[in-house]
Amino acid sequence: MTTAQPTTPQLEARDVHRAFGPTQALRGANVAVERGEILAVMGPSGSGKSTLLHCLAGIYKPDQGEVWFDGTRVDTLSEARRTELRRAAFGFVFQFGQLVPELTALDNVALPLLLAKVPRKQAYAQAAPWLERLELENRGTHRTGELSGGQSQRVALARALVHKPRVLFADEPTGSLDTLTGEAVMDLLVTTARAEGTTVVLVTHDARVAAYADREVVVRDGRALTTPSSAVA
Amino acid sequence: MSVPLTLLGLLARGRPTHGYDLKRDYDEHFANGKPLPYGQVYSTLGRLARDGKVVGGEAEPGDGPDRKRYAITDLGRAEVMAWLGQTVEPEPHLQTVLFSKVVLALMLGEDAAGYLDAQRAAHLQRMRELTELKRTGPLVDALLADYGLFHLEADLRWIELTSARLTALAHAVS
Repeated sequence: MTTAQPTTPQLEARDVHRAFGPTQALRGANVAVERGEILAVMGPSGSGKSTLLHCLAGIYKPDQGEVWFDGTRVDTLSEARRTELRRAAFGFVFQFGQLVPELTALDNVALPLLLAKVPRKQAYAQAAPWLERLELENRGTHRTGELSGGQSQRVALARALVHKPRVLFADEPTGSLDTLTGEAVMDLLVTTARAEGTTVVLVTHDARVAAYADREVVVRDGRALTTPSSAVA
Repeated sequence: MSVPLTLLGLLARGRPTHGYDLKRDYDEHFANGKPLPYGQVYSTLGRLARDGKVVGGEAEPGDGPDRKRYAITDLGRAEVMAWLGQTVEPEPHLQTVLFSKVVLALMLGEDAAGYLDAQRAAHLQRMRELTELKRTGPLVDALLADYGLFHLEADLRWIELTSARLTALAHAVS
């Protein structure tokens, strides 16, 4: 008989603590994300779920505990190396305020490639299909102020995915959108991430958004709880 | 909601109890404006005694239809604990069952928070199934899935709010 070997998580927080002044945001959070998995991180406001995302993404350094990504311990890397890791391996979508308003939609999508020193012509050639993929082919020349909320979030999603990150971090990506628009964005996010094999860490307080994920953890009082399964009566 | 299991749950608090007192406690916590008829209390207790889940003591002197005190048996207690440990099939309009389980768990000093966590997981699993149906099915299926999703979401919001208020609720029902 063959036995399935336990897989190594692609991304992992081990006993992570993080405080902001007197406020203890995380108190020993543990979470492991498998490669290609879409994980929802849920919890009420102030529970520490966004802080956990920022620690997993190497934006915050934990006060205590470890963060691992693809066999590398992230929390002990220098600021410069964590920045490089984020630029090369991670993509980010936030609730709002992430696009550069002076640039067009296409410029915004090409931006991560330009920052990574990809030649300009090549960067734009790579960026353009993403607009089409996210149903924005007629919006490439529009500045972000001319886009609706849903269109802006789709541009942000294209920008987060254009350099083919290994992990996409999404913090309340539909929080500023109405129900229908939010569902369209989530549908595109999930479809695209699955097609690319991108791991997704999705922070949300909204159960309807979390239902797009494969699995959820609940952050409560700074700890991440994997909810138990149970027989159904 | 299951009247027999709720009466068993009330008896599982430990002390032998008259049918009258069981009815009073049931009406106070679970009736939601629909008091339990005396006849149903005694017929339910009779069936539970027949099945070995409660035992009735000797009749005591006094007025009234029944002056027996009823005590739960090990079999009855095991049934209540098994019931409390099971999540409910997530579907709309099950708030009375969720409510009863949480209140009884608190009365019995059982793990109400753990029950709510398990129920949240069961609800989210059902919401994942409906979301997948919505993403891949025709519009009519999507609309039906939406109906279920909105109701399950309402349950979940109640679960979250109750989780946050468990300490206060425990004081209220003790």
